[in-house]
Amino acid sequence: MSLFAIFISALFVNNFVLSRFLGICPFLGVSKKVETSVGMSMAVTFVMLLASLITYMLQVLVLERFGLGYLQTIMFILVIASLVQLVEMFMKKASPTLYEALGVYLPLITTNCAVLGLAILNIQMEFNLIELVVNSVGAALGFSMAIILFAGIRERLELSNMPRAMQGFPIALISAGLMAMAFLGFAGFSIG
Amino acid sequence: MEKNLGQVFKNGLVDENPTFVQLLGMCPTLAVTTSATNGLAMGLATTTVLVGSNLVISAMRNIIPDKIRIPAFIVIIATFVTIIEMFMHAYAIDLYASLGLFIPLIVVNCVILGRAESFASKNTAPASIVDGLGMGLGFAGALTILGSIRELLGVGSIFGFTILGGSFKPAIMMILPPGAFLTLGLLIALYQHSKIKKEGR
Repeated sequence: MSLFAIFISALFVNNFVLSRFLGICPFLGVSKKVETSVGMSMAVTFVMLLASLITYMLQVLVLERFGLGYLQTIMFILVIASLVQLVEMFMKKASPTLYEALGVYLPLITTNCAVLGLAILNIQMEFNLIELVVNSVGAALGFSMAIILFAGIRERLELSNMPRAMQGFPIALISAGLMAMAFLGFAGFSIG
Repeated sequence: MEKNLGQVFKNGLVDENPTFVQLLGMCPTLAVTTSATNGLAMGLATTTVLVGSNLVISAMRNIIPDKIRIPAFIVIIATFVTIIEMFMHAYAIDLYASLGLFIPLIVVNCVILGRAESFASKNTAPASIVDGLGMGLGFAGALTILGSIRELLGVGSIFGFTILGGSFKPAIMMILPPGAFLTLGLLIALYQHSKIKKEGR
């Protein structure tokens, strides 16, 4: 597969949120305002890129060399947890307002399946370092795009009139379903 | 703090159902419910991890220092997930293949860490086991319902048994990603509708 194909596939065809179902918690939780969703997607992008690089190094240099493959899940999650801690400390200093707005979802990036999922997928697909970086950038941008677009839709939904039973989560899920349907259109692409 | 165990169990199964009320653990809920079997298997795997981690965490709650409790919880949870993963690889290779990536991802299921933080770290071991069972089965039940609906509409069968045969034209959309969002959205709307009706009375 060419690098371009990997990038487009990660960004659109196998979009992390809308077709792989990774990172649904922040997708539904932090998408009420465009502003916070931009902050969230920047934090997640940063953690995703660093985490996929570090976990790849760990996998090749430590786990595979010493035959410790069964420790993969535990090692990866520890790396991600410490990276998230780093981002949290940095944000608290650099942008206290954003820190407040993201609230509990910031430490919860640790339990964002998109990050761990990307790390494990990268290993499973047997990418080399360059392909891995391209795939990670694509996946992270795909996540950001989905969450920011969705936040835009939800800002409009706030203003519209609907039955009480549909308010909040149900209508959000149904809009996400319609978005996923639109993204299915990309599934027909074949990129050589 | 002693609690009525029956109440704890029912609390997880119905009153605070992780999927329909707390809306936790959405990723596996949406991703693996393409069939009733997958949903049930995922639910049971999660239940096993939840019971195990709740037991160990509640037994160690006085030893784990407060400041590093989250990393400690995650390591305990990851250990149980690794055990389940190896177990499924050895004894249920078909399920292992169809659940795929989502087995290691049980580690980051918010339901498990949520229960560790809000229940197991404050309660005795027996109560935590019951809580784990209740929450886990509530989750498994929700996943099975979702999986059954999607499988019925998308393939025309439940648990692999053909129900709507012959003239029924399956809607492939239901087992593709949009179907997951639509079904869960409508189910939660139904749940909220019945709650609003109850309050109105």
